[in-house]
Amino acid sequence: MRLAGFLLLLAGWGIVLSAVALLKSPPARSAFAIAGVGVEALGLALAIRSHIVPRGERS
Amino acid sequence: MTPVPAAGLSEVGTAFCLAMILLVPLAALGLCLMNTGLGRSRSAAHAMLTALCITATAALVYFFCGFSWQGAAGRAAHVFTVAGKPWNWIAAEPMFFRGLPLDGSGSDSGASLAALLQMFSVGLAALIPLGAGTDRWRMAPACVSSALMAGLSYPLFAHWAWGGGWLAQLGLHYGLGRGYVDAGGAGCIQVAGGLAALSIAWILGPRRGKYAASGMPAAIPGHHTVFVLLSCFLALMGWFGLNASGAMLFAGAAPGEVVLIAVNTMLSAGLATLAAALITRARFGRPDASLCANGWVGGLVASSAGCVFMPPAVAALTGLVAGALVTLSVEWIDLYLAVDDPGGSISVHAVAGVWGLLALGMFGRIPAGRVLNGVGGGPGDSGQWLAQLVGVATLFGCVLPLTYSLNWLLNRFLPQRVSAEGEWQGMDLTELGAGAYPEFVIHREDFIQR
Repeated sequence: MRLAGFLLLLAGWGIVLSAVALLKSPPARSAFAIAGVGVEALGLALAIRSHIVPRGERS
Repeated sequence: MTPVPAAGLSEVGTAFCLAMILLVPLAALGLCLMNTGLGRSRSAAHAMLTALCITATAALVYFFCGFSWQGAAGRAAHVFTVAGKPWNWIAAEPMFFRGLPLDGSGSDSGASLAALLQMFSVGLAALIPLGAGTDRWRMAPACVSSALMAGLSYPLFAHWAWGGGWLAQLGLHYGLGRGYVDAGGAGCIQVAGGLAALSIAWILGPRRGKYAASGMPAAIPGHHTVFVLLSCFLALMGWFGLNASGAMLFAGAAPGEVVLIAVNTMLSAGLATLAAALITRARFGRPDASLCANGWVGGLVASSAGCVFMPPAVAALTGLVAGALVTLSVEWIDLYLAVDDPGGSISVHAVAGVWGLLALGMFGRIPAGRVLNGVGGGPGDSGQWLAQLVGVATLFGCVLPLTYSLNWLLNRFLPQRVSAEGEWQGMDLTELGAGAYPEFVIHREDFIQR
């Protein structure tokens, strides 16, 4: 899950960069960039979840 | 390559900018004292010495190779082309500051001043994770980690944002406002440092006794509230220097605009502290000193990005929101994400820094006549918010994975966390052999839930 989270962070960044580099229409560019940030948010959530120690194992 | 010319400074401007840069170490001192005060008494000397070593290591590595990869606007860089547009991704400067006129003899004094400012600010960024690793981060790995930041992750992003890199050129090549703008280093220094703090907190894990088996966190109070509050005043002085010199070097501010920068910095910090005091008063019945101090620094951080592009009222509002965000996120990160961050570094630097960058995109007013990142004023600055968003996405999508992987790899070869016994004894005795307060004999663990 940790690796998946960090890969999603990278993938989201890739979407943002692709939107900026390849799309010319401002609305489409903005929409894809926001979608990329959404993917990053998903990746961050996964990374966070993967680092939470289960309650029973805490000391 | 497509060079973006650096800001030209007059002789008076150069002298004034230099004076502002020399204030920046006060911000580092403020962070040192805050991190030390929020930690345990048995780790106080270790925290201060580690901060000193981190600052030294970061400056040395930046001098060795950091600047050669960061460079400055208008100087040599490596560029590749995507869909017919150049992407300037890394500088091509010689190592050891060679080629920089350090005696002020050349015409490119802006690059020399930028290199000096970066030498201090890379140390500031490297100090931020120390707040998250308080009481358990060993000194040697902390220094190596700061070397990795000063040599790799920091120069890379700083080149993109400040060295005429692709983020700065988003306006020139893609019509996104004036490109990514960050006058005082909210992204390059604060968010990058805050994300490094998150990585370190994840890799180290929480302090022993922080979380009970039931999952509830214990409040482990800092040992010196006076240090913590004193650090706020030192940080304010340092931030005046950081914001003013950054705005002059990277945002084309004139020396006369430093008044606006100082007003904005003060208002942002002040409103953030008041927001923190009000929120903690409402939630806990009385203001919390450490959270108010966190709010103060959060306000300073949020002021950095747009310190010269915001009217004072907007800067005050930005600080108010930053104070609320910091106060609430400290509790959220501690309680729900189970991340032990004794200094509140993640909230103060990453959360407030991101807010500051986005606030500039939404509310900033860049003067129409100012040429910034190679773009002159046009009809409004449409797309500025998107340029700022791309910058934030880069911090989370590139800098965070890079920082985490470097520290994870380092941890495989050089364990970053002190042993359980060493943590129990305290970092002072374990790593230094003597405590900061030898006459204190208070080592009971009153905070541990039994």
